[in-house]
Amino acid sequence: MNDSVQVLTLFLFNIVLVNIPLLYGTVGEILTEKAGSLNLGVEGTMAVGAIFGYLAGCAANSISVGLAVAFLSAGLCGLLFALLTVSLQANQNVTGLTITTFGLGLYFFVGKGLGDRWPTMTACDGLVQGFAALEIPGLSRLPLVGKALFSHSPLVYLGVGIALLVWWYLTFTRPGLRLRAVGENPAAADSVGVNILLYKYVHLVAGSGIMGLGGFYMALYMSGSFEGSNCWINGYGWIAIALVIFSNWNPLLAILGTLVFGFFNTLQIYAMPLAAAFPGALGWLNSVPPHLFKALPFLITAIVLVASSIREREGSGQPAALGLNYYREER
Amino acid sequence: MKKLLALALAAAMSLSLCACGGGNSSGGSTSGNAGGSAPQQGSATAPEGESDGFKVGAIYINSQNDTAGYTFQHHNGITTAMKNLGLDPATDLLIVDNVKEDYTAVSNAVDTLANQGANIIFGISFGYIDAMNDKAEDYPDIAFSHATGYMSNDTNFNNYFGRIYQARYLAGIAAGMKSLEIGNNAIGYVAAYNLEYAETCSGINGFALGAQSVNPDAVIYVNKIDTWGDENLERQAAQALIDTYHCGVISQHCDSAQPQLVAAENSAFGCGYNSDMTEQAPAAHLTSAIWHWNVYYETAIHAAMGCTDQNGKVDGSHFVDAMGGNAYYAGLAEGFVDASPLNESIAAPNTQAVMDAVRELIVSGSWDVFSGVKLSYNIGEDGSVEVVQTEAPLMSNGYELKDGEVVEMANPEIVPAGGPSVDDGVIKGSMNYNVAGVVTG
Repeated sequence: MNDSVQVLTLFLFNIVLVNIPLLYGTVGEILTEKAGSLNLGVEGTMAVGAIFGYLAGCAANSISVGLAVAFLSAGLCGLLFALLTVSLQANQNVTGLTITTFGLGLYFFVGKGLGDRWPTMTACDGLVQGFAALEIPGLSRLPLVGKALFSHSPLVYLGVGIALLVWWYLTFTRPGLRLRAVGENPAAADSVGVNILLYKYVHLVAGSGIMGLGGFYMALYMSGSFEGSNCWINGYGWIAIALVIFSNWNPLLAILGTLVFGFFNTLQIYAMPLAAAFPGALGWLNSVPPHLFKALPFLITAIVLVASSIREREGSGQPAALGLNYYREER
Repeated sequence: MKKLLALALAAAMSLSLCACGGGNSSGGSTSGNAGGSAPQQGSATAPEGESDGFKVGAIYINSQNDTAGYTFQHHNGITTAMKNLGLDPATDLLIVDNVKEDYTAVSNAVDTLANQGANIIFGISFGYIDAMNDKAEDYPDIAFSHATGYMSNDTNFNNYFGRIYQARYLAGIAAGMKSLEIGNNAIGYVAAYNLEYAETCSGINGFALGAQSVNPDAVIYVNKIDTWGDENLERQAAQALIDTYHCGVISQHCDSAQPQLVAAENSAFGCGYNSDMTEQAPAAHLTSAIWHWNVYYETAIHAAMGCTDQNGKVDGSHFVDAMGGNAYYAGLAEGFVDASPLNESIAAPNTQAVMDAVRELIVSGSWDVFSGVKLSYNIGEDGSVEVVQTEAPLMSNGYELKDGEVVEMANPEIVPAGGPSVDDGVIKGSMNYNVAGVVTG
């Protein structure tokens, strides 16, 4: 088959195209968790960002308005989470799960409420053009990786850019250092004058906003078709939480993790074409139960979890105060 | 002060959750008028309705508030049927929704509906089968009716399904005609499952035979996603069919319109399922294989309403007799299934005429899809269509599913040339092969 290379290229291309929302969700959650807060509301936050970003983007016929509204609406979810857990000391796990239920409920409430007035994406050329693939000159001509990595929608590059930015911020800047201190030991950070409240609020809101951008990407990827049976996010928020552990709270590794999870996610669809294109080397793919592909990333996460807990404490990126509320008066 | 604020916020949040929960109806909510004429209100209740308070019970797999998909189709069918029979769905329809395919959950749902006075109970999902079978014995005076199943008990428990493969044959014709017109023999098919269920593989086969009747060179590439509902995978599978096999037409056995949207975005064409998807993808969608569930529900509710004992009370124990048998299996002839109105603006010329001619042939009962007679067509210059029947064996593509493994068939000939149609029992329950021209990897 002379287009076996093409099948491989398409496979790699789709790994990035379909799974980039995972990166947004993961990076948003890393930022949140580095502040010491475990927000299990990723799924709901992404759903809120998706639907309000899409509706606003359609109304304004502009992808930047959609991005802004997705960030802000999801950021409001983060603000709610921060208000409940930081200021009011509510349990983080329960609050996060509540945000997920609340976000998904809001998603269906708004979508079903609109009914026939739901805007179609084809009518909003601003969104269609904004989401269209942007071929990076030169690089996109490379064999294999050119199509797979360098001919995507601007939102894909934005996601990678945000991941790099957050990595740089956490690793090389003073506020990033203080943020990590807040996540590791808020009492110590407080004693040297770090404004814990401010740091928590800002990063919880920003983290949720980034998740919302991922939701917005998903809305555009699904062509904004609201069907009312599944949510667009479709479990990606939960995978993102697993990915945070997989990537050891490192945004750079999150990019790698997204590709690994995406590899198996996309392999489920591409098993048949790949087996047909490479009958000798990959013919066995046809006999693998497809549910195994879905389960494998979680199996890997479990292994990573075990491995990282065996490893020395210094190697783990998990903030020491993760999930614990900080109550200044108890210091 | 802080505690007060926390309390107020928590209260506000749970309130707003309740409101959304109402919209989304999460977790087995029941609706409808519980317990009939509400005796606790005293004697000043409204006069009894002329239907003598006949109550319809329904067990749904998803939410009754869905706006698309499987549960939506059934809910629509039941409410339409009830209105046609003079019943008011607002008061006479009892629903337990979001019921998983779990024995205890279904049993509890049946108990709930029985306690509320349901006279007939519909279960719409295949996995409800065992619980409904057992519960039908516990409540002999209630009629039980199970979609897509095969169990029954000769008295108050039947099953129902439709010859959707006939509708798919018609959709296959539209797809085949389009494939001829665009000169691309590759046709894609996004399938929830294939050989694992007779329902899915008979649908694929019916569609393939329809497409081949107009385009003998048509090849049907099946990409199955191993789930009944995942819009994201449906989109990916459709895109993969177009990208890797260069399919020019995409058909589907899944609920969402994503495959049709993908077809439109790639300037390809498509045939939908379950609902007319021309609205979502006007530039791509040709026709859908659709159900008219209300046809069955009207027949069944009417039959159950007519079942009364000597005291004139509704008694489901003759329900199967009233339905004329344990299994209801209707098709194009009864109007239970059909192809949705053809999207004339993009369909190939004469598509409608060919589909009409075949529909007429199937409705007449003289020919059916899985028989040893193949159809082809002479299309006149004036658009007239002559259906040519040729005796030819019905061949499989050589593989079948046995004990969970795809193995080569000893004899790929399913029906000899001129032979009668495959048994209904096989089409409904045990078909485990694809016809020749279907490629699965």
